[in-house]
Amino acid sequence: MDRIIRVMVAKPGLDSHDRGAKVVARAYRDAGMEVVYTGLHQTPEQIADGAVQEDVDVLAVSILSGAHSVLLPRIISRLRERGGTCRVLAGGVIPEEDVPGLLEAGVARVFGPGSRLDAIVDFTRELVRSRV
Amino acid sequence: MELVSRLLAGDAAALARAITLVECDPPSPRDLLAAIYPYAGKARVVGITGPPGVGKSTLVDQLATAFRQTHAEVGVLAVDPSSPFTGGAILGDRVRMVRSSADPGIFIRSLATRGQLGGLSQATANAIRLMDAAGRGLILVETVGAGQAEVDIMNHAHTVLVVLAPGLGDDVQAIKAGILEIGHVFAVNKADRDGADRTSSELEAMLEMAPDRAAGGWRPPVVRTVARDGRGIPELVQKLDEHWDRRQPELGAWQRRQAAAELAELVGAMARSRLQDWAVKSGRWEEVLDAIVGRRLDPQRGAETLVSHYLNCRPGEDQGSKTGGRIGRRKDA
Ligand SMILES: Nc1nc2c(ncn2[C@@H]2O[C@H](COP(=O)(O)OP(=O)(O)OP(=O)(O)O)[C@@H](O)[C@H]2O)c(=O)[nH]1
Ligand SMILES: [Mg+2]
Repeated sequence: MDRIIRVMVAKPGLDSHDRGAKVVARAYRDAGMEVVYTGLHQTPEQIADGAVQEDVDVLAVSILSGAHSVLLPRIISRLRERGGTCRVLAGGVIPEEDVPGLLEAGVARVFGPGSRLDAIVDFTRELVRSRV
Repeated sequence: MELVSRLLAGDAAALARAITLVECDPPSPRDLLAAIYPYAGKARVVGITGPPGVGKSTLVDQLATAFRQTHAEVGVLAVDPSSPFTGGAILGDRVRMVRSSADPGIFIRSLATRGQLGGLSQATANAIRLMDAAGRGLILVETVGAGQAEVDIMNHAHTVLVVLAPGLGDDVQAIKAGILEIGHVFAVNKADRDGADRTSSELEAMLEMAPDRAAGGWRPPVVRTVARDGRGIPELVQKLDEHWDRRQPELGAWQRRQAAAELAELVGAMARSRLQDWAVKSGRWEEVLDAIVGRRLDPQRGAETLVSHYLNCRPGEDQGSKTGGRIGRRKDA
């Protein structure tokens, strides 16, 4: 039997709504994954420590506030410091020119606002499969 | 195993990975559970159950934070149902555990029920054991009091807190009887809402009628709480502590009962699967089945035939490989 994929969907920072994050969480669930949802206004430490405790395969971070270039590197460095091995995805409103910097910081892929749900789900599944 | 030594040293990533491993059915490395077993058995376990949406997670957040004043390391296990259609799950209890998730002294793990019937209780027991061995001195376990499997989990708790709230649309009487019977302490949460008085007095009246439970004639107290702002939490902690203190004299007997129940469960499952494997492989299963279907043998005698054949034949077949091998291995370990 395949191991069940676990994902954390997290919302750092000051974003005031989480409709998009919830839609993604439901898509993961409908694809048979277990999704730990954090709710709004999480600090990078809460997210990284949570991802370690939940031993998720993938951490999907949704950011609309524009603070992605600060928050994501902080999340990833805390995560690695605490022994977390999960892969990190980013979604939300992220300008094209910021993407290379995020990939550099260790984000596996950035999904912009127009991304299809099945593309996110498929990519996540592939990411876990390739990780072994 | 490196994982074991890291876990015993309290490393969060090691504990988290170990829980993932034992969460599979059957738990993959049996050696892992064997290795940590001697180090478990120290933690105090509080179960929190009740109908959906009454504020269990919000209350757990408050309790975990409050218990941190007396316990350096607190663990939280939050169990949520898996979707019967996709097998997936949204585990949303963390949303309400804002303070606890900001406290590095509190380790929160969400578990999905994964449609395991008896297995859920075993998986949770194993997760509790790992947290315990990793030094979490107080462990809070949240489940929705929905079905038997969730209620069974509460057998692993020293104290069971049942949470209710006013305005659930039904009377206390309508709430599953099973859930009220397992409670040692009751919280009527959302006491800031209309109807909390009525819910509390109905509950108290029902508990009056119930016979004293456990040794020492413990009468389950009812505490009103507002988990959202923390009102009633010190009183609730006090009642939980009183129950824990009251349990001390019979804790040894309780642990023995727990161990007996678990052993009986495991022996039953193991014996059944070994016997069935043997019966199928040796062809006797089909033989007996034919006889039953042909009305030459009734099911009861059919089962007896298989069991006694198994007990008689087995020694010559696999003594060396199973019984002997295992005992030998134990000694070197
Ligand atoms: N008014 C009021 N609302 C509360 C209180 N405690 C919790 N809530 C709210 O009740 C809702 C459900 O709270 P949870 O803590 O998620 O309840 P739960 O019992 O864990 O829910 P499930 O895990 O889904 O069964 C949330 O919107 C909380 O903010 C309270 O004391 N008063
Ligand atoms: Mg909850």
